[in-house]
Amino acid sequence: MSQMPRPDTAELRAKYPGVFERPASARLAMPAMIVAALAIFVYGLVDLDFSPTKLITGMSQLGWITMMMIPPNPGSSFPLYMQALGETLSIALLGTTLAALLALPVSLLAARNVIPSNLIRFPVRRFLDSIRGVDTLIWALVWINVVGLGPFAGVLAIMVSDFGAFGKLFSEAIEAADRKQVEGIRASGGNALHEIRFGLLPQVLPVIAGQVLYFIESNTRSATIIGIVGAGGIGLQLAEQIRVLEWQKVSFLILMILIAVAAIDFISSKLRFAIIGRRAVV
Amino acid sequence: MATAISILPAQQLATLNDAYRKAVARKRLKATVAAAVFCAALFIAALGADVNLHTFFTYFGNFLSYFDRILTLDSGARVWTDPLEWFWGLKKWLRLLGETLLISYVGTLTGAVFAFALNFFAAQNTAPGPWVRFIIRRLLEFARTVPGIVFALIFVIAFGLGPMAGVLAIAIHTTGALGKLFAEIVENADMKPVEGIRSTGASWLSCMRFAILPQVSAGYASYALLRFEINVREASVMGFVGAGGIGQELVVAIRKFYYSDVSAILVTIIVTVFIIDISTGWLRGRLFGKETRR
Repeated sequence: MSQMPRPDTAELRAKYPGVFERPASARLAMPAMIVAALAIFVYGLVDLDFSPTKLITGMSQLGWITMMMIPPNPGSSFPLYMQALGETLSIALLGTTLAALLALPVSLLAARNVIPSNLIRFPVRRFLDSIRGVDTLIWALVWINVVGLGPFAGVLAIMVSDFGAFGKLFSEAIEAADRKQVEGIRASGGNALHEIRFGLLPQVLPVIAGQVLYFIESNTRSATIIGIVGAGGIGLQLAEQIRVLEWQKVSFLILMILIAVAAIDFISSKLRFAIIGRRAVV
Repeated sequence: MATAISILPAQQLATLNDAYRKAVARKRLKATVAAAVFCAALFIAALGADVNLHTFFTYFGNFLSYFDRILTLDSGARVWTDPLEWFWGLKKWLRLLGETLLISYVGTLTGAVFAFALNFFAAQNTAPGPWVRFIIRRLLEFARTVPGIVFALIFVIAFGLGPMAGVLAIAIHTTGALGKLFAEIVENADMKPVEGIRSTGASWLSCMRFAILPQVSAGYASYALLRFEINVREASVMGFVGAGGIGQELVVAIRKFYYSDVSAILVTIIVTVFIIDISTGWLRGRLFGKETRR
């Protein structure tokens, strides 16, 4: 076996000082960050009342609950649960659609290539940001105060919180649109509204449709939880059954949610593919 | 200068126009049918969700006046005229906000560690066997699809009221979400280093440690930070079900109509979320900046 040539370390050292002699700050940065992260973690555990005994008793309790959940059994409430699930899907569909309809005109105001002036765009953007900063559950509580308990409050909550998200996403889609079509419309004598209708919208509508479908999908999940504060749908049933410790019904409801979400996932991914495919053909 | 535009003879033009109209008509028909189906679905949904336009228009004024009310102090003055009175409970709220941040931090870190441990088994190119991969994938999917607040509801019963239930709920949800994202990063990693390490006779563990990990760690950190951002929002509502944090205070204020408190707590939450968004964005920029410079 032939001897490997011994590398000339001195020469290598001279050639790549950055590899051999990293400054102390670079060498210490990583361990320091890890130590800091761990320190905050431990502080958090102490501050949040974590204790091994609590964890162990909780775990055994949780194991017991899981045993109680098997097998899932709706009892005699199956029709009621199906109705609640329908309500949840309705909330998601209606809330998302209304949000998209409301957000479209506002997103034009927030797009740089439609409104060049910072004076309008900046406040519109901050307004959308603050709507997004508030969780859907909080909006649900507010709407319950206004229109009373029930699924209608859920629709309005989803509508408002998605309005913020859509406003931002749509305006980004509009900003990414091609200038040339708009210039073409202007060159043939169209006014500002024509530019938006015939130059911008045909480009951004498929993108927007895809985003709306995706949100309907993710809102099915949000709509299941707003019921917990009393805004209708399957979440209401779930929270009630958890509170009265009917674990078999709880597991059945969770199973129903999982299946519904998977089904909506499947349908919307098919639809999204159809829309994007059509855009690619045209 | 006018340029002459050549126009086709009428007969030829007619056939072309005809073909064009037919093509457009088919497309329009498709779009109309799709719109009709969608409207029908919306109508059914409106019936299902008890939409009552009468209620809506009667009470819409309430929605606007709600914001008027939450921006008014008990004394009847606007809130911004007396910030001290408005934020009278700032000390307590800041402590609860700190708790919220800690809940999301501990939850995110725990979830990230679990996701890190599991993701190599879930990725197609590194999983030791198809069965392990299938089981781990289904587990992650379950943890991701069940909303965090449902876990919190159950954990509050198992572990008792308090932030611990919130932390565990966030940790489980984070495990599911990050596990999937991490596995996707690993699937995109270059497999040549793995072959190199394996050819020296290394075990599976060493392959992961020395071949995959250096490629993916920056992506992991970036996703974990993004998740932290999302979890701060999520932790702010964990208190609704008694799982700790500022949510408890907020739900009490809303339910008991302490109007100016609602706006004050909302403002502190929004400001905190903004600050967290901006600082994690900055941190992620730095992490990725370092990657590209190399």
